[in-house]
Amino acid sequence: MLSYALRRLAGLLPTLLVILTLSFAILRSAPGGPFDQEQALSPQVRANLTRAYGLDQPWPRQYLHYLRGLAHGDFGPSLRARDFTVRELIAQGLPVSATLGACAFALALALGLPCGIAAALHAQRGTDRVLAVLSALLLALPSFVIGPLLALLFGIGLGWLPVAGWQPGGGRFLILPALTLGLPVAAYLARLMRASLLETLRAPFVRSAQARGLGPLRVLWRHALPPALLPVVSYLGPTLAFLITGSLVVESVFGLPGTGRYLVQGAIDRDYPLVLGMIVVYATLTLLLNLLVDLAYGWLDPRVRHA
Amino acid sequence: MPEPLPTSQAGRTLQRLLRRADARWALLALGLIGALALLGPLLSPWGTETLDWRHLAQPPGLTAAHWLGTDRLGRDLYVRTLSAVRISLLVSLLASALSLVIGVGFGAVAGFVPGRTGVWMMRFVDVLYSLPYLFIVIILTALLPRGSLTVLLLSLGAVGWLTTARIVRGETLALKQRPFIEAARALGVPPARIVVRHVVPNLLGPVLVYATLTIAQMILFESFLSFLGLGVQEPRASLGNLIFLGAQELESATWILLVPAGFLVALLLALNQLADALRDALDPRAA
Repeated sequence: MLSYALRRLAGLLPTLLVILTLSFAILRSAPGGPFDQEQALSPQVRANLTRAYGLDQPWPRQYLHYLRGLAHGDFGPSLRARDFTVRELIAQGLPVSATLGACAFALALALGLPCGIAAALHAQRGTDRVLAVLSALLLALPSFVIGPLLALLFGIGLGWLPVAGWQPGGGRFLILPALTLGLPVAAYLARLMRASLLETLRAPFVRSAQARGLGPLRVLWRHALPPALLPVVSYLGPTLAFLITGSLVVESVFGLPGTGRYLVQGAIDRDYPLVLGMIVVYATLTLLLNLLVDLAYGWLDPRVRHA
Repeated sequence: MPEPLPTSQAGRTLQRLLRRADARWALLALGLIGALALLGPLLSPWGTETLDWRHLAQPPGLTAAHWLGTDRLGRDLYVRTLSAVRISLLVSLLASALSLVIGVGFGAVAGFVPGRTGVWMMRFVDVLYSLPYLFIVIILTALLPRGSLTVLLLSLGAVGWLTTARIVRGETLALKQRPFIEAARALGVPPARIVVRHVVPNLLGPVLVYATLTIAQMILFESFLSFLGLGVQEPRASLGNLIFLGAQELESATWILLVPAGFLVALLLALNQLADALRDALDPRAA
């Protein structure tokens, strides 16, 4: 098991390298440069800046230089926020994004899984119908619609929570964003859980457990639920990564200082190291979480347990 | 009088589809929204960019000069929202078509060619998959010149094909084992012709379901990008940038948000529902 995990871990490096190379090539072949939008930059200053950041070097050399830095944990300087390194920028934004993502994830799990299980146990009855309508509605509400609607209801209408903004340590500021981010995921999880549990409840091994006279709770908990969780688990990995780094719109709706804005603004500004740094962080997270999911599979389903 | 039984597979599927109330509702809603988007603006005296200085941020009302109200600049929301729906539908339909063509082509070839080539083709998809679409689309649209619908279309289409390719490859691998493909091969039909004549037509079912979902996803992506200021640019209206404007006016003029948001949600809801119904209609055992 351990050697399998280690082997998979080593296999991530080539994938990461391919992603990085592709991103580097796309970023660099785009027209424009990082010093374009500034006013009245004399050719001399511009040439000096370009030289100082090594942008006058041939691409392969710049790329190797970047990779060498990365291997030492150095993400390079930000070309726009001149006083900051990319590492400092990400270190500022990531805690906010990660907290938001973790809250949304916890909310989605706490809401989605029980609802899905309840819907499967009461299939085709009242609870199931209500939950189906609710989840269909939530899935059709994009985050940039739910966000303002929640702000309208709880922030402006009822005045319970701040409409937007952020203070360090301010949990109140995270409630609405976490709801916005988590509710659609909860809806999707509930659907997935329902469909998957309905299928296992019909399986012969569940019927035989019932025939042996085991109580309904024990049948559900010990026999039906673990295999039913498999499709849910495989959906969780990429979702968690997306929630942690991809809360882009939610951060912009609620004015949270997370990492989301770096990606958009960085790409617009041609701040190459910033965008690449975000991609490295994001891709590593996604790949690691997918690996975790694969390992969790073995734990849930003995048939795919790795020798 | 008994209904005549349709003989074709497509006819039977359509019949099963129309038997479902939610599918009928979804089709009706889509038809209505589509017709409104095409013809609705003609019914109003206002243009998409006309500024009406006497009616700034006017709330909706049937007897008001502007049926669905106006925004902060006095532009008619009825006309702007409908023209936004038109642009959203146009962009998303074309982008879906593009991504379907790429996805079906790539997936069918990757599934059909023997040996390691197919595996490597899918490995390429896996690598792209480990970045979510939105990341790539955001980077592409932020890098390329903004405001051009072609660029938007190409960036959306270029990344939407990954899931289609996966589905299609899986189906193709299964189809490859079937006797009629083997028969075609035994008769000496060239591989390219087998793919086009025998594999692709048999993929239509799963692809159709996924296409409905793709359209919904493309509408979502397009409005997402426009919301972030990367997609359709002002003064042209898109559901995304209208919702962005509405979110700014939340405290004083809620209808500026609610009108375009309502249309977007109705569209997405109808498309999702249709895809669900279509999936059940294509696979009667699951229903």
